Amino acid sequence: MAKRYGTVCAVDGISFEVGIGEFFGFLGPNGAGKTTTVRILTGVIKADAGSATIMGYPAGSLTAKQSAGIVPEMANAYADLSGWQNLMLMSQLYGVPGREARQRASRLLEQMQLLPRKDALARIYSKGMKQRLILSMALVSDPNVLFLDEPTSGLDVQSARLIRDLLRELNGQGKTIFLTTHDMDEASELCHRVAIIRDGRIAAIDAPEKLKLATSTQHSIEISFETTVPEKVLASLPGVHAVKKTGDKYRLYTSAPGEAVVSLVETCRSCGLKIVSLNTLAPTLEDAFVALTGREEK
Amino acid sequence: MRLAGTLSWAQLRRSLAIARKDIRIYYSKGPVAIFGILFPVFLFLSFLVGRSFTVDFIIPGLLGMILFFTATAISPAVAPWEAQARTLERLMSCPVTVPTIVLGDIVASFLFGLVISLVPLIVGLALGISVSQPVLLALGMVLAAFCFSTLGLLFSAAPSTLPSTTMMLSSMVKFPIVFISGVFISLNELPSWAQGIAYVSPLTYFTDIARTCIQGEGHLSLAADLGALLAFTALSLLVAVKLHQRTMPRRI
Repeated sequence: MAKRYGTVCAVDGISFEVGIGEFFGFLGPNGAGKTTTVRILTGVIKADAGSATIMGYPAGSLTAKQSAGIVPEMANAYADLSGWQNLMLMSQLYGVPGREARQRASRLLEQMQLLPRKDALARIYSKGMKQRLILSMALVSDPNVLFLDEPTSGLDVQSARLIRDLLRELNGQGKTIFLTTHDMDEASELCHRVAIIRDGRIAAIDAPEKLKLATSTQHSIEISFETTVPEKVLASLPGVHAVKKTGDKYRLYTSAPGEAVVSLVETCRSCGLKIVSLNTLAPTLEDAFVALTGREEK
Repeated sequence: MRLAGTLSWAQLRRSLAIARKDIRIYYSKGPVAIFGILFPVFLFLSFLVGRSFTVDFIIPGLLGMILFFTATAISPAVAPWEAQARTLERLMSCPVTVPTIVLGDIVASFLFGLVISLVPLIVGLALGISVSQPVLLALGMVLAAFCFSTLGLLFSAAPSTLPSTTMMLSSMVKFPIVFISGVFISLNELPSWAQGIAYVSPLTYFTDIARTCIQGEGHLSLAADLGALLAFTALSLLVAVKLHQRTMPRRI
């Protein structure tokens, strides 16, 4: 598929397949083409070239839309409708019969811990409540496929965890989930496979663990001291390629973690530095992401 | 054929769901309804003050103006409002077509215009006017409310996320239309060149229907008036759908 906006090529000939029942992550820096791809797949905009099918139906067709539940990026529920009315509206737009719609809506609101506030206008919901309502709206038609664009972005820990647990449960029931996210831990924790998109093109597509190993040979050591230590002291240690200060900790990148830890401990002993904590870390999906996208997410 | 029929029926029901949503969110607010009546009434009074007209002459013009202003009052701003409130993308990703969304917005506007326009009619009846052809007047009101609502959707087709832009566009068209449509001056009293201009306004035909049914005489035959309203409705519906199909994705 390809899509241009004027001179900007938002999606540049991407091609991929997601299996039925798969939990698929779609990652990329801001402006990489994630949302444009999701909008094409959900039928909100048309591709300039190429095509996509959802459950065998052309993307954008009524049958494809009918089989999908969608949580668009930055989408809102209708602020002047209650939570219940928002769910009923979605049920009607998806043609869910009245009694079934009411049963599903009640169950979803209870699951999302929104039942006591179902008659309150959505405008007075907190951000976490709104996002849970929007997810309920996507689920009220009992779709086979779920498209979620940054569903936990900016949410409190409790709401984010509730949504992640629910997504895991839905995937366990056989639903296909297409998740766009900035949260590498979330993608690593939930997705069977992830695609990383950069400048409108797929940079890599594989299982998170395989991507971590394939794209990053570097391990890292996370260490914190009682006092501040100049970064150049740590950078000069044998086997250490780079040092980054993160909060009150230092992260030392190395391809030989054992050797680096030994020299680190010896240096600390000889310089009289007291270690508060020390951990060795395997490559993360974030490391793979940074390596593949060539820059860190802002 | 059966599938197409079922699908159309399903889409029609979804249009009604969109209309209910519009009414709840945009139309069922006290200030909107009051403004829908007060604005045309005061505009009309500002023209009439100091001049003497019979109630039979005033009511058809006032009825036409209120129907026209109310049926086009809110609909031009609905699509930009939805784009601004970030609800449009969700609506577009639902299994509904663009004509379904447009029709839903039209139905809401149509019902609002029709209900509010009953007010000047009831006032007129209370003041002693008589309606010689009530069925034809009702038919004309229904047709005109639908026609003016499609015009409202035509105004909202501009690919803007700012309601002020579409409202300004609609005001630029609506005000001149009121002055050339036989609302304040009967068509029979207009010079022939002005009558020629009046024929391009759909409001002209409804005002003429109302004058025929209330005053007992109109400028054109009822069949011609109804036919013209039907033609305007079909044309503006077709153009509104085509334009929205093109501009709706550009709003998000």
